[in-house]
Amino acid sequence: MPPVSRGFQRRHAAATDPSRIPPGQYETQDFPVLSAGPTPRTPLDEWSLTLHGAVEPAVSWTWEEFLALPSERVDVDIHCVTKWSKLGTTWTGVPVDVLLDGVDTSAEFVTAWCDGDYTTNLPLEDLVDGRAWVAYEFGGEPLDPEHGGPARLLVPHLYFWKSAKWLRGLTLTTEDEPGFWETYGYHNYGDPWREQRYWGD
Amino acid sequence: MRDVVAETARARTIVLDVDDWGRHRAGQHVDVRLTAEDGYQAQRSFSIASPPESAEVELTVERIADGEVSPYLVDELRPGDVFEVRGPIGGHFTWSSDEGGPLLLIAGGSGLVPLMSMLRHRAARGAPVEVHVLVSARSPSDLLFADELPALEPREGVNVAYTYTREAPPGWTGWSRRIDAPMIAEVTPGADVRAYVCGPTPFVERANDLLVAGGHDPRTIRAERFGPTGE
Repeated sequence: MPPVSRGFQRRHAAATDPSRIPPGQYETQDFPVLSAGPTPRTPLDEWSLTLHGAVEPAVSWTWEEFLALPSERVDVDIHCVTKWSKLGTTWTGVPVDVLLDGVDTSAEFVTAWCDGDYTTNLPLEDLVDGRAWVAYEFGGEPLDPEHGGPARLLVPHLYFWKSAKWLRGLTLTTEDEPGFWETYGYHNYGDPWREQRYWGD
Repeated sequence: MRDVVAETARARTIVLDVDDWGRHRAGQHVDVRLTAEDGYQAQRSFSIASPPESAEVELTVERIADGEVSPYLVDELRPGDVFEVRGPIGGHFTWSSDEGGPLLLIAGGSGLVPLMSMLRHRAARGAPVEVHVLVSARSPSDLLFADELPALEPREGVNVAYTYTREAPPGWTGWSRRIDAPMIAEVTPGADVRAYVCGPTPFVERANDLLVAGGHDPRTIRAERFGPTGE
């Protein structure tokens, strides 16, 4: 039993649906922005998305080619390691399954890399079977640069630092390679339901 | 919790004895978890104000009006009370004096707290690292560490500038506006400087954009943001 903090009481109303709030999280109606550095602002005519690494051949899409891919609108809950959760967020994006369609690989891991030098690592299986998208709209509007626009990775079942902003490529790898926050002490996998925030959790 | 120090009308420093505390790096934070009698829990992060050299852990907390945890820490908490602390956390927004400078520290409101840890660490080491500090506060009564900032040691290499965004001190001839390009240009020692920016997200976005527009390499800018974006 953790120590009781004398005189502390709940102030906020309970979450709209507590069963959707992972341990240690609170619900926000806001949409906080957290980044390690300045917001990159890549012009669309300079943008590309690349799939490479342990794949043959490598594939790349310009912005126009990317938008022409099959996309879908999804409604998901998102959970940030800094404790806030936002329920029922709406995104439009290309499923990662579509990007991997026809791609042959023996890789088990992926490193997402981005403008601004951000990286994060995930098991490939966490990006397939309808679990992840490359999102370019939030709430039906083009994704704001502050929130990772033109396009970001969207992986709602993991803490949101895995949903890499300003995505430019996915490197398929045979070895797991810890990314930016993972190297700074955050958990390698990041399951909010097991509260895997930091290394050792 | 061992002791409290009132800082401003909305903020105070709490001095903690933490079991099994390892040494932190200036700029890091802790996760604080409160548990109510009925088992309800709330967790939030707070920056460490004390330097690594300090034996105690000091958190300087500013009350957010409709906050869940900060009102308790600022208004209710008494010496002898207990709560859970986890940390130190954060390997990116840190500075150690052996990394050298020059440094540009830009603080919006309580974003000054982790930067103060860096300045106190610099003082504890007696390291005359060149540091340029720009603090944005709403009013003089909101300025944290108001007595300590003008007296930072070692004096050599220290430059502190202030801007007030709502109300300036009587007779103030300095800046009284939101940070902008001329202000940034005046406080920046030039290229090759490591910048640390901390504060509410809109402030940090603005500061980062100004730094990049002013020619700073984005890779030399580290940011820590908190609070609502107001969306």
